[in-house]
Amino acid sequence: MNTLKRMVLLGAMWATTAWAQGNIEINTPAISQIKSSMQARHTQLAPHYASGAVGLGADGNVVLRDANAVPLAQRQAVQGLVAQENTDRAALYREIARANGHPEWEADIRSTFAQRWIERAQSGWYIQSGGQWSRK
Amino acid sequence: MTNAMTRTICLMLTGAALSAACVTINIYFPAAAAEKAADRIIDEVWQLKKEQDSKAQPEGSQQ
Repeated sequence: MNTLKRMVLLGAMWATTAWAQGNIEINTPAISQIKSSMQARHTQLAPHYASGAVGLGADGNVVLRDANAVPLAQRQAVQGLVAQENTDRAALYREIARANGHPEWEADIRSTFAQRWIERAQSGWYIQSGGQWSRK
Repeated sequence: MTNAMTRTICLMLTGAALSAACVTINIYFPAAAAEKAADRIIDEVWQLKKEQDSKAQPEGSQQ
């Protein structure tokens, strides 16, 4: 009887551990809200990724790397978009870490995202690696 | 009687030790799971899945 209890206990613990290692929680109201805000902004940012005015930084942020590529009249608006995007991104990384009960994962989540944004960028967009910009 | 109690205490201690071990395992950053989560979010933010869908349905409204 004791052996059975022990096995059930071990099984439950193993399952918990496996679950904890296999999943990252991203379905929270806070994360959804940030996601839709970023999604709405993307339609405005996309032309600037394509022109090379805005690039994907190695630190998980977006960077206004060539302000001259933006017409003067729009320059301030684009600066605003970049700032808002980076605020949302910082909040996203923080919220994911918090939603998983590990606020200290924030930096790891940021660097994971930095790699994935760059990896999944469309060709023609500018990406940063080792301080250097290159066109994908 | 005493024997059963000793066994119960032993079991509880083992359980506590294993719980502690599990907590220790979980402090490691699950890099592979984080990559998958990042990809799911990137798909949504950049609407990468939607583009594929709208190719299949040319009439799909894009705002």
